[in-house]
Amino acid sequence: MIDQNIIDKYNPLKDIAYQLINDEGLPIDKKWQPDLSKEEIQKAYRDLLFERTADLMAVSYQRQGRMFTYPPNLGQEAVHIAAGMVTKKQDWLVPAFRELGAWLAKGVTLREIFLYFKGNEDGSRFKNAERMLPVSVPIASQLVHASGIGYAMKYRKEKDCAVFAYVGDGGTSEGDFHEALNFAAVWEVPVVFVVQNNQFAISVPLKMQTRSLNLAIKGIAYNVPSLLVDGNDFFAMHEALSYARAHTVSGKGPFLIEARTYRAGAHTTSDDPTKYRSKEEEDAWALKDPLKRLKGYMEHAGIGGFDHEEELIAEYKKLIDSEFEAAEQHAEYKIDDVFRYMYESMPDELKRQKNAYENYVGAAK
Amino acid sequence: MKVMNLVQAINDAMDIKLAEDRSVVVYGEDVGVEGGVFRVTEGLQVKHGADRVFDSPLAESGIAGSALGMAISGMKPVIEMQFDGFVFPAMNQILSHIARFRNRTRGKFSVPMVIRIPYGGGINALEHHSESPEAYFGHTPGLKVVIPSTPYDAKGMLIAAIEDPDPVIFMEPKRIYRAVKQEVPEEKYTIPLDKAKVIQAGEQITIIAYGAMIREAQKAIALAKQKGYSVELIDLRSIWPIDRETISRSVRKTGRALVVTEAPQSYGPAAELISIINEEAFLSLEAPPTRLTGFDTVIPLPLGEKHYMLSPERIAHEIDRLIKY
Repeated sequence: MIDQNIIDKYNPLKDIAYQLINDEGLPIDKKWQPDLSKEEIQKAYRDLLFERTADLMAVSYQRQGRMFTYPPNLGQEAVHIAAGMVTKKQDWLVPAFRELGAWLAKGVTLREIFLYFKGNEDGSRFKNAERMLPVSVPIASQLVHASGIGYAMKYRKEKDCAVFAYVGDGGTSEGDFHEALNFAAVWEVPVVFVVQNNQFAISVPLKMQTRSLNLAIKGIAYNVPSLLVDGNDFFAMHEALSYARAHTVSGKGPFLIEARTYRAGAHTTSDDPTKYRSKEEEDAWALKDPLKRLKGYMEHAGIGGFDHEEELIAEYKKLIDSEFEAAEQHAEYKIDDVFRYMYESMPDELKRQKNAYENYVGAAK
Repeated sequence: MKVMNLVQAINDAMDIKLAEDRSVVVYGEDVGVEGGVFRVTEGLQVKHGADRVFDSPLAESGIAGSALGMAISGMKPVIEMQFDGFVFPAMNQILSHIARFRNRTRGKFSVPMVIRIPYGGGINALEHHSESPEAYFGHTPGLKVVIPSTPYDAKGMLIAAIEDPDPVIFMEPKRIYRAVKQEVPEEKYTIPLDKAKVIQAGEQITIIAYGAMIREAQKAIALAKQKGYSVELIDLRSIWPIDRETISRSVRKTGRALVVTEAPQSYGPAAELISIINEEAFLSLEAPPTRLTGFDTVIPLPLGEKHYMLSPERIAHEIDRLIKY
């Protein structure tokens, strides 16, 4: 369990990542016991496998020409699954765009995600995930939204409610990252900032991004408690996020987590990582794969449930395919859909432009 | 009724909304304790509390973006950009998120917020304190953009803006903040955000202006009257959406149109208005619809400003030219 001693011990200035299991999944401290039940660990394993399967399928749909640009999650799933377990229904989720497992845990459906990346805003309705924001494409700009939501939660005295906001390593160079941390700190609002440091901002490696010792260190200047965590260690991420949530909902202000991980796939399906990184580097990180490590721990601890993986994957693929087909069957994109959501009631000028286009379309038929 | 200037009328609108709606908050740079550099929010913090009227850190993107976060989670923030030229760091939030959030989420989230911006020149200020950036906002789908020119309109339009479910850019002509006074009802009232107003009827030419240029146009009309000209004056009030009907009805009647704006010329509001006039009143025109605007230059520092700012004489000169065309 993380306590203040751990936070002090892992001061970001020391540049040591909080870690509970090694690359093989064995506990680093032999006395350590997870704060999760056997069933919870088994569920985490299944969720991680599901995210990975869905993510690989999404890339495959894109390759088949059935979906447009998609940002893969491969290698970063431990962050998402741990966050999904820690985030409560009343919490807000402010995504960047690479947190698939966390979205699913919040209630977003694969059908919606596929629909969005197929190119339809209907995929951002997130009907079953009330407090979930849409994907944010402009980097780091969503983080200040989180600080504002935090203010509203504090203002309304909502109890046991946190805002989880995500950004990548490149995003920590943006001004909004700093403005968001500063606003949240000054206002003492309940926001957990999660930096997924996957080592690359598209093609630019971290060493070209910053001279900071690490990214967690950036919280120190704002007096935001910060922790550098091994992002491929599911248990370390779960403990860190649980601690951060408890900290922030207790009224102590924001918390910053740097999850040190690796984007095993491309930035998006339009990207080719062979242009900017080596096979050796990818292979070295593959040894730290989060799924492999979680299974390593389960084997060590005698927790079964991962011995029928092929069958599970086959079952998941059927489910994922049916979600994708549902997205493909979604209603046609109508002229009205272009106009009707811009304002609560459509201004006359938009009605005029819409009518002119409809008349043209009607006449052209 | 109470005699108010623009500053008092805008303050009164926020006071009324703060009192009747707990979800309204007012913040920005120096807005709380000091009451704003123009004193527009003076007294509001003492009256409504420091959790509702407050100073934010000095970061315009953070101010605008955090307001979006508040707006989508049930609040109605009214934020201040201290000066026109200081809104630019917030443009990414305004253009990329605030204007788009409703459409992006298919109406799941609406963004009921107001961005107040004191704007315009003629106040002998530093650089970045005299800009007229309304075209950027008018060009951005998803925003409503309004500019009152009188205390009465300012109060009614700001209350309407705060009650509007969509984001409103509320631009305040700071040059006439304290120059224009009139009787304003003390109770609450609203004025539609999409309607221009004919403020002076006339027969020979229509002048369309807004903000501080209304006062200059009125002085020009007094000069033109000495020559016997009959001029109609429209206060545009809404930069977007534009009230096509009021403008085209007037120009169809007078046959001549002069658009007067302080903003730089190219791709500006005047170009948009003249397009509308051409579309709606082409066959009634007696002279080319004409614009009198700022130059396509940076607005000069105070000693050069006299060349840039439109004078009543220059507007009157253009009225004369167009009527004789």
